[in-house]
Amino acid sequence: MSETTGGVEMDEDVSGVVKKFLYVNRKAPYGTIYALESLEVVLIAAAFDQDVSLVFLDDGVYQLAKGQHTKTIDVKNFSPTYRALEGYDIEKLYVEKESLEARGLTTEDLIVPVTLLPAAEMAELMDGQDVVLSF
Amino acid sequence: MPIVVNGQSYETDEEGYLTNRNDWNEDLAKEMAKVDNCSLSDNHWEVINFLREYYDEYQIAPAVRVLTKAIGKKLGPDKGNSKYLYELFPYGPAKQACKYAGLPKPTGCV
Amino acid sequence: MLHTVNKSPFERNALERCLQYAKKGSAILLIEDGVYGALKGTAVTDKVKKAMKNVSIYALYPDIEARGMQDRAIDGIRLVDYGGFVDLVAEHRNVHSWL
Repeated sequence: MSETTGGVEMDEDVSGVVKKFLYVNRKAPYGTIYALESLEVVLIAAAFDQDVSLVFLDDGVYQLAKGQHTKTIDVKNFSPTYRALEGYDIEKLYVEKESLEARGLTTEDLIVPVTLLPAAEMAELMDGQDVVLSF
Repeated sequence: MPIVVNGQSYETDEEGYLTNRNDWNEDLAKEMAKVDNCSLSDNHWEVINFLREYYDEYQIAPAVRVLTKAIGKKLGPDKGNSKYLYELFPYGPAKQACKYAGLPKPTGCV
Repeated sequence: MLHTVNKSPFERNALERCLQYAKKGSAILLIEDGVYGALKGTAVTDKVKKAMKNVSIYALYPDIEARGMQDRAIDGIRLVDYGGFVDLVAEHRNVHSWL
């Protein structure tokens, strides 16, 4: 097992356990608080050095849309923060192909590089996780 | 609890973080440091400016681990390590430097 | 894997997506307004019945009863109480709560 705690000493039986965490995002960014809450949980949980994946389904794909400008609705535009995930060693971002296509978008329209997966493969990915958190 | 600099009063939260990021200026940073008995050197400013740029780009204050790595990438390994950063900012590089940079406390910091 | 759905299928697409994602041999538990997806004679009944060939579907009886739907559950959907809910969570390796 790889040592990724960045110099932090932990009890052996704690540091050895790396679980697979999947965050499922299914809501558009500003109509509800889910998208922002999910992002904050992901950033905080990144400190625990687990095996993290993010998936975007349904309206969740809108979270990653390029060109968001929120000044006139007076809320924070948190879309640039998805580009910070790489620096947090969160590099597995998946978008469901059907959801993206249904909304007339392509990966070109997204602010971060993602892996496009059809629903059937996404279901496999989900099934193989230890913890699934839905937002 | 407001902080007063050059006769101007600025709103901060109960931990001294600036309420409105657009209020920030260098004198304000110096005053915040003075409260902590810290005088800002070029090395301090390098980190403070880095944090402001990071926030402009990503809209968050980075976690300390991420800050350390990113500083290392930009300014070299001499500066991208916790020893160097903790010597500059003994209250915690992310926490303290973010305050002087006028940013909110990093996400996940308690 | 155990999936839970707590929204009405007539308000949200959670049940529909869950049925699509649930793999053979997995389980779905309908709770709260999700129990409206467990009923006979609705616009989603056929979809649910079709899914029951591959996955086990459960509904939380206290939520069905609270809504006055006690005589309407699709035959073959297993009705559980809170203890049964806990058992289902314990029996499965992981849980996905669709929102």
